[in-house]
Amino acid sequence: VIIPDGDLWITGDETLGEHLDRRGVSRRRFLEYCGAVAGVLTAGPLLAGRAEAAITAETIAQSLSGMEKPVLVWLQLQECTGCMESVLRSGETTVEELILNLVSMDYNELLMAAAGEAADEALIEANKQPHILVVNGSVPLADDGAHCTIAGRSSESILRESAENAIAVFAVGACAHWGCVQASSPNPTQAVGVDSIITDKPVVNIAGCPPVPEVITASLVYTLANGAPPPVDGQGRPLFAYGDRIHDFCPKRGRFDAGQFVRTFDDEGARSGYCLYEVGCRGPDTFAPCPILRWNLSQDWPIGAGHPCIGCTEVGFYDRFTPFYEVLPDLAVPGTGVEADATTVGLVGLAAVGVGVAAHATATTLQERRAQKASEKVYLPLVGELPTQKRPLDSASGEDQK
Amino acid sequence: VSERVVIDPVTRIEGHLRIEVTAENEEITEAWSETTQFKGIEMVLQNRDPRDAWAFAQRICGVCTVVHAIASVRAVEHALGYSVPNAADLIRNLVLGSQMVQDHVIHFYHLHALDFVNVATVPEADVDAAVAAAVSLEPNYALNSVARFGAVKDQVTRILDSGQLSIFTNGYWDHPDYRLSPEVNLIAVSHYLDALTWQREIIRINTIFGGKNPHPNFLVGGMASAINMDNEITINQVKLNQVQGMIRQIIDFVENVYLPDVIAILGAYPDYLDIGQSSESYMALGKGGYNCAGYPTPPDGFRPGVMLDGKLEIIDLDMDKIQEYATSGWYRYTDGDVGLQPWVGETVPDYTGPTPPFEWLADNERYTWSKAPRYDGRAVQVGPMPRVLSAYVQGDAETRDDVDPILAQLGARPEQLNSTAGRILGRAIEAVEMARQLQRDFDALSTGIRAGDTQTFNPDKWEKSTWPDAAKGVGFAEVARGTLSHWVRVTDGKISNYQAVVPSTWNGCGRANGERGPYEEALVPHPLIRPEQPLEPLRTIHSFDPCQSCGIHVLDVTGSEVAWAKVQ
Repeated sequence: VIIPDGDLWITGDETLGEHLDRRGVSRRRFLEYCGAVAGVLTAGPLLAGRAEAAITAETIAQSLSGMEKPVLVWLQLQECTGCMESVLRSGETTVEELILNLVSMDYNELLMAAAGEAADEALIEANKQPHILVVNGSVPLADDGAHCTIAGRSSESILRESAENAIAVFAVGACAHWGCVQASSPNPTQAVGVDSIITDKPVVNIAGCPPVPEVITASLVYTLANGAPPPVDGQGRPLFAYGDRIHDFCPKRGRFDAGQFVRTFDDEGARSGYCLYEVGCRGPDTFAPCPILRWNLSQDWPIGAGHPCIGCTEVGFYDRFTPFYEVLPDLAVPGTGVEADATTVGLVGLAAVGVGVAAHATATTLQERRAQKASEKVYLPLVGELPTQKRPLDSASGEDQK
Repeated sequence: VSERVVIDPVTRIEGHLRIEVTAENEEITEAWSETTQFKGIEMVLQNRDPRDAWAFAQRICGVCTVVHAIASVRAVEHALGYSVPNAADLIRNLVLGSQMVQDHVIHFYHLHALDFVNVATVPEADVDAAVAAAVSLEPNYALNSVARFGAVKDQVTRILDSGQLSIFTNGYWDHPDYRLSPEVNLIAVSHYLDALTWQREIIRINTIFGGKNPHPNFLVGGMASAINMDNEITINQVKLNQVQGMIRQIIDFVENVYLPDVIAILGAYPDYLDIGQSSESYMALGKGGYNCAGYPTPPDGFRPGVMLDGKLEIIDLDMDKIQEYATSGWYRYTDGDVGLQPWVGETVPDYTGPTPPFEWLADNERYTWSKAPRYDGRAVQVGPMPRVLSAYVQGDAETRDDVDPILAQLGARPEQLNSTAGRILGRAIEAVEMARQLQRDFDALSTGIRAGDTQTFNPDKWEKSTWPDAAKGVGFAEVARGTLSHWVRVTDGKISNYQAVVPSTWNGCGRANGERGPYEEALVPHPLIRPEQPLEPLRTIHSFDPCQSCGIHVLDVTGSEVAWAKVQ
């Protein structure tokens, strides 16, 4: 009943009580909500230091309305913890700034002090409050969910319970996005992403295996600051991070355009920093901010360190992009390519990528390519889906979000 | 009266672990270690290109994110008879070593310390007294200052006063067995925050050579990061200087902060040198970070092998004596309850547990997604402690020099390393030794480059046409949590069998061959004052540094009737 609709309660600016006043939520409705909560609260964090006080709707209302930080529930389902490790590497905003100053992360298995029943109680209690939900990991559906259980419950039931009162849902990492490696053929555990389960509210997908750490934290800070999650593309990925292909901003793009390729690892091309397209780079078909943000305090990134992009922000990359070291097949997703003729794409067209891998492999010089391709249409390796803009979440109606 | 206690989720670990125990009169009387996650990555690997395998296997775990990739490329290289250039070996060592030291530090401060450090007392700490204590302990660490400790105390006090405790919610802060003074707790919390900053900085060694962390890139046949001292984008003097700077940061932190903190904190918990004693057999194939294709031949005369049944003498490794049982795991063998060597393993998942939600698993003979590796039929401990103990028993001079003064300070004997405190200590000692090894590997790389040894990739066996029709290989690595091995069969250019036998199955497995797994063994008997606040068993379980995503058994699907036509 107190879930804000596109007018998120913002850290630091006002307490929850002030926010609800401003939003016109009546004291009576708030107390009804707190009465429901009273039944499950024991001596939780909100009442720390006054455990002797009777737990009533009134005391809970008092505690809740004095809350200064949004509650964050951060689940880890079927996954490898690489996404939480990525968060630990975030330069700005840092993980300590996030969980100690900006939000109260009342549940996260990697970092929380409590375990077992005390942890589970913290989750149940946090779920009762309006909260931001972040999910790492996929949901395995086989064998009634026995392939990933927490506190004896299936991932699906944990996710559904946590999503119920969530005011925003973030699926962080390829597992939560679409299932990642365990969902690759033959998907032994029937793993699916969060938005296959949570269909009654928007899910923001922070893509990548793992995502660039700063994209994870920035998505949360964006939401805290703007009162709504960032606008997303057709896959639910925030436009501020997934609006362009690796290829669009690759610092080696000039080498690509000039036809200067690494043919074998550690060859003269590799030692000259040439383009990795011919040893399998998936950058032309991968929407990701890696070349712009780079990794680990902007130290470097995969292509910068000499290895081709494996396309880890794209759905199905383990099936769609393997074998990883073969030239990006122009039929990766048949029928969705972008056609353009050489005169309109300029130098890109001259590089003549993707016009049949065999033809490409035999063309060894820029001049040959130019001669060969001058008069014909070229098929750019832009074979992924173009981002179709979903309706920005901040224009969503209140009904959509309950 | 015997009471059943369930710890699920076991938090501050990687993956999903459930511990069930029975307890009576403040003591645990029986224990079961239960891995509650299964991903089936091995089934996904079937029929893939072996050169791609590392990128799948790596995703077994994002904490020890380097180790499965290294074991994978080593296994494939062994199968293909593929040699790797010296510079690539050294680069792999630098990536693995830096990640392992980082992993040890994160484990201690962020995953383990809150079992010993009570955050709730920090507001009572006298900042000046804390600084005095820290400086006497760690005179060379700049952040042991009034400004730093004061700021941390204020921050923690603000959180506790707000009533919104974030990650400290529902901690066992009123448990009577938290023993440290408010001042020591303040020091530890301050270093918890410092370690967060530190790990972000030093992990960039992974980024320079592997492009990112978590999940840096590897390459069968070498490493993809070319060396050219006269190019802007390759490994050049700028990047080497950065790596050198990070190695100095690593050495500085583990020598001047991590190890002294561990010794100081354990000084308040000396009984934990006699608590958590586990299986008395151990395996170590080299010092921390050693990795190889095929049978291990570590440097400096280290004998790869096992110590069995409490006898502290080395028996050389026999790869055929590594076997896995499905006794307590949700898998089915054709020939029933036998042990199978990984190259001839055979597994079909077979969930026979209760439908979730469930309350109790241990009444069933099978209760975990982990299979049970055994060496010559025995449960063995793997990890930093067994490696340090093995080096110590072998008379390794560096290890003796590191271990003896600390044991003397704590009044402990070498065999007491088999304990909760011993495993914590072993990890910290190993971190210091690995930090020195990083410097040696870096020096070797730099020297080699100056002499013209800049090759990072061997193209000879890259093309499938050069591969045998059928081959098998094994890659070993001594990684953060213990001995890791990946076993691969390659047939007609594709993976026909892939298995990983990993540290957290060695340590975290269930019963087999009439013996508890090491986590289980460490908990019986074990103190447990308050069943609703299982602080003491968490100390012991955490001392193994559980990594349960790794502990999910990796299947051999050879001969399975499942149709694989859809793969690729």
